[in-house]
Amino acid sequence: MSDTHAQTVSYVRDTMLPQAEPPLRDKGAVKWMRENLFSSWLNAILTVLSLFVVYWIVSHLYPWFANSVWRAGSLTECREIRDATVGSDAPSACFAVIADRWQQLLFGFYPKEYYWRPVLALVVFLVSLWPVLFDNAPRKMLFFTLAAPFIMFALLWGGPIWGPLFVALGFVLGYFAYELVNKSAGPLAATLAAIILPLLYWFYLVGPLAGLFSSVAPIGFEYVDSKDFGGFTLSVVIGVAGIVLSLPLGILLALGRSSDLFLINKVSVGFIEIIRGVPLIVWLFTASLLLNYFLPPGTNFDLMLRVIIMVTLFSAAYIAEVVRGGLAALPKGQYEAADALGLDYWKAMRLIILPQALKISIPGIVNTFIGLFKDTTLVVFIGLLDPIGLTNAIRASTDWNGVYWELFVFIGLMFFIFCFSMGRYSLYLEKKLQREHR
Amino acid sequence: MTSLTDPHKPAFRLSQLIYDTRYRSMTIQVVAMILLLTAFGWLINNTVENLGALGKDFDFSFLGSRAGYDINQMLIEYDNSMTHGRAALVGILNTLLVAFLGCITATIIGVFVGVLRLSKNWIVSRLMAVYVEGFRNVPLLLWIILIYAVMSESMPRPNDFRGEDPSASMILGDSVAITNRGIYIPRIGFSNSLSGNEAVAPIEGATPLATGAIDWILVFGALALSVIAVRYVRKKATITQEATGVRPTTWYWQIAILVIPVLIVSLFLGLTFSSPYLKGFNFTEGTHLRNSLIALWIALSLYTGAFIAEIVRSGILSVSKGQSEAAFALGLRPSWTMNLVILPQALRVIIPPLISQFLNLTKNSSLAIAVGYMDVRATLGGITINQTGRELEGMLLLGLFYLALSLLISSLMNVYNNSKKLKER
Amino acid sequence: MKKTVFFGAVTVAGLAAGLASAATLDDVKARGTLNCGVTTGLAGFAAPNAEGVWEGFDVDLCRAVAAAVLGDPMAVNFVPTTGQTRFTALASGEIDMLSRVTTWTYSRDTDLSFEFAGVNYYDGQGFMVPRALGVSSAKELDGATVCIQTGTTTELNLADFFRNNNISYEPVPVETNAEGQQQYLAGACDVYTTDASGLAATRGTFENPADHVVLPEIISKEPLGPVVRHGDNEWGDIVRWTLNALVAAEELGVTSENVAELAAAPTDNPEINRLLGTESELGAMMGLDADWAVRAISAAGNYGEMFETNIGESTPIGLARGLNAQWTEGGLQYSPPFR
Repeated sequence: MSDTHAQTVSYVRDTMLPQAEPPLRDKGAVKWMRENLFSSWLNAILTVLSLFVVYWIVSHLYPWFANSVWRAGSLTECREIRDATVGSDAPSACFAVIADRWQQLLFGFYPKEYYWRPVLALVVFLVSLWPVLFDNAPRKMLFFTLAAPFIMFALLWGGPIWGPLFVALGFVLGYFAYELVNKSAGPLAATLAAIILPLLYWFYLVGPLAGLFSSVAPIGFEYVDSKDFGGFTLSVVIGVAGIVLSLPLGILLALGRSSDLFLINKVSVGFIEIIRGVPLIVWLFTASLLLNYFLPPGTNFDLMLRVIIMVTLFSAAYIAEVVRGGLAALPKGQYEAADALGLDYWKAMRLIILPQALKISIPGIVNTFIGLFKDTTLVVFIGLLDPIGLTNAIRASTDWNGVYWELFVFIGLMFFIFCFSMGRYSLYLEKKLQREHR
Repeated sequence: MTSLTDPHKPAFRLSQLIYDTRYRSMTIQVVAMILLLTAFGWLINNTVENLGALGKDFDFSFLGSRAGYDINQMLIEYDNSMTHGRAALVGILNTLLVAFLGCITATIIGVFVGVLRLSKNWIVSRLMAVYVEGFRNVPLLLWIILIYAVMSESMPRPNDFRGEDPSASMILGDSVAITNRGIYIPRIGFSNSLSGNEAVAPIEGATPLATGAIDWILVFGALALSVIAVRYVRKKATITQEATGVRPTTWYWQIAILVIPVLIVSLFLGLTFSSPYLKGFNFTEGTHLRNSLIALWIALSLYTGAFIAEIVRSGILSVSKGQSEAAFALGLRPSWTMNLVILPQALRVIIPPLISQFLNLTKNSSLAIAVGYMDVRATLGGITINQTGRELEGMLLLGLFYLALSLLISSLMNVYNNSKKLKER
Repeated sequence: MKKTVFFGAVTVAGLAAGLASAATLDDVKARGTLNCGVTTGLAGFAAPNAEGVWEGFDVDLCRAVAAAVLGDPMAVNFVPTTGQTRFTALASGEIDMLSRVTTWTYSRDTDLSFEFAGVNYYDGQGFMVPRALGVSSAKELDGATVCIQTGTTTELNLADFFRNNNISYEPVPVETNAEGQQQYLAGACDVYTTDASGLAATRGTFENPADHVVLPEIISKEPLGPVVRHGDNEWGDIVRWTLNALVAAEELGVTSENVAELAAAPTDNPEINRLLGTESELGAMMGLDADWAVRAISAAGNYGEMFETNIGESTPIGLARGLNAQWTEGGLQYSPPFR
């Protein structure tokens, strides 16, 4: 058979050819470059242009970094070292200023021996976020989250722990008042009691009680004044306080804006639009120049507290819009189901709507926080020493007068690390939420 | 059936105000109203008391008194003998100018970067990602300061243009000078100006708008008419296309209609370009775009552009892949696919967040304080308040201005948004 | 007192600064610290060092007042204020005194309701230009670009000066001295104008100070001094006479080194004795004890010592005494007699 076959067909392959190497232009780096960098004329031009941009930036910045001086006592010393090592014409960064003042940039004038306190407060904050941001946390952790603001306050400002403790007890008092009165006199009286009792307690009892306990048992940390806050500590404290304190107000405003009650609705809309329509810097000047006009004659807060109040109102308007988005994103069936179960408004909100709406809103809230955190740099214009304000103060000392880029590069880098990681987290959260909704 | 009586109508009881849902909402609102008015009354009362204690009154007459300070960039005539009110107006125009310029360039940057970020070109998309993340995650204030400093450090000084062998030279045929005090471009003037005087006496530092407003109105009027005419031509072309299937070539008509009337008007007015030249310490003649304006403009555009890029990117991604596949199946070119199929659909997703970015940019223009750009916060909200001690009145006016501007922008953009919205039946 | 109860919760936490009542002295004593408004940073006058301790000429005045009133020069809360926020901070009671290179002007004294407790530095607005420009008088500055700090009296003086001389200029407003310095060095402006002291301080820190000249014209009078609220004369007296005590101490030869020795026993000079409280009770007349001036002088030295350590010729800032010399040496510093 094979013979006849051999006569009719000159050659038949009976085995597969070994796989040939792909042509040079279709493998490895070349292929990748051809597909990703030079797939068309336009792409090729763009690639070359981009490479040029990258080269230009690197070639200008690299010597500056490479020749940088890290150990020197002043700018003059920096220049001397530069002259001795690379010559006086070479660009050279004087990062010695960071080495000398990094603690000030991070902690402001916070007493050196207590640096662990802001750090611990940050840890407390992060731990308290755990049950909010991740599902795998034990439910009991939520109590820690509720207590965290008071712990953070006690850590940051110090003073006898009785103050924050008794203020916190006010909330517990409100809770129990609600529970007790609810059984005997119905929800309305209970709500009233839960509002009025703690208020009375805070205004008239906390002061004397805390005073008494402080004199009997002066337990607590060394008191640190607001004016000692500065640098990134100040930014983080203002940012975190603004977001945490504005959450309750923001949720109320969001509910008000989606409420059917005409007056409540209009007041919420008005508040939100007025706050959002005016730049933060104008609000900060208001805090610094005008807030004292609006308070009873003689009352006087320190500037940081006034800024926190203003930032809280400011971010409440933004949080309200985020939460409103969350409320609107819930399917209508959820509202109808709550009504069908016969729940009243607050129960429906508390048990069904808000838990879902807030969960959807978390990425938005994180983004609001990033924005607010970046905006805290504006407090420099009213004389608070945030990182940018500190650069002014540092450059006013005779040692470092004339230093410029190094400080801003450092600050920019710090902000980038902080904001970028938070932004990544909110992105991850958004993706996760999308998956869960499918 | 005849014995049908009216249902027993219970007498109104006070407790119904609380427990009856028909009345409860009224009760809540009345209570809220009372609380709100009390709070307002309390605030106003405090303010009055505080003002009284400081011996101040609430009075806007300071706007009419002499300002006494100079402003470097003014779109309308102003000098230090004019009033605080006039200074505030100069500031307002400066705010509007930088906000307007910023919105335009930020949109352009945002759209380009947003599209390029989706490019298949690895290095381009990476570079765009670096740009977007870099600008989004560092405070705007820092960017403004840095860009301003880079400009004043790296550009040549006016002095460098001097001498036999200058280290810097003007570009574009000696008509544009880029210095570290700003960019000097030729000033467009009209020798047959209609504003009365023959040769327009250049007011020191004034931009052309101040000196020859009538001429400019004429030129722009001609341009506006041309644009309307061009739209008419296009519409006609579309009608022809729909009737015959062939679109008549009209581009030369369009260009002619756009250019010729403007040219005629300009020539009639005696169009002249006066190039900047070095005199004394600075360049004179020409229009001076100050560094403060340029730095603020660039920083605002790049910062907002990064946010817009993300909006554009997610807008494009939100258009389902089937759309572009269908377009390719129809044989549309990639550029047509983008322009005719993807972008119009993406626009619906893009516009609402874009509006809030424009609002943000406008509000962020108040960071002009960092580069000494004389916007309304610097004039009315800064120097005026500082010189007169009228912080309450000044801040109130400032807040009202920004509020009005924000509401105006958002309502305008909402009208546009509604016209682009998917019409649902 | 009702109002503090209202904010009880906050007060307990120690955040509220408390009531700013009419009697600032009582407030300061009750609080135990002096709230003193300073700049956010001006070389030689006020700036925090690496340890966060404020130093400078203005700062030392605050310390002297704190030492006189509270007995501790370190019991001062320094509140950084900007040109824009300083007066509101003082008017609202946030600070007890403002020691922030503030010019004594008519309208600030009357319309804004403040009281200037004296002059601790006689200044005037000057101009600095690069030597290479070859300018020798401010009147040659027609068409120049001028860097100027906003929120100060300098921008009004500048407008007046150029208007008077019928020449034009282009203002480049800057927010802080550091910003102005950077702009000037980069050549973004031809001229930097601010108080002559500030010019000297800025010039002293340049890489090559000799390349820059301060023009001879001083176009304004800038008497800089501590400010207090109008209407609290007792407190105003304390600040005024603390400053006077420092000036008088220099005139009488009392320094931080010999003050303890001189105060130990009455000396031959009755004025020194009255000043240091070893003879007659001057301190009691303004509600302080007898050796208030001793403490004020030991805090940072007498006026001359304060000047020399912070801004004098031995420092990088290198200011000459000039107008700020004692009247006996041809200057304007002149303390009314302690009698």
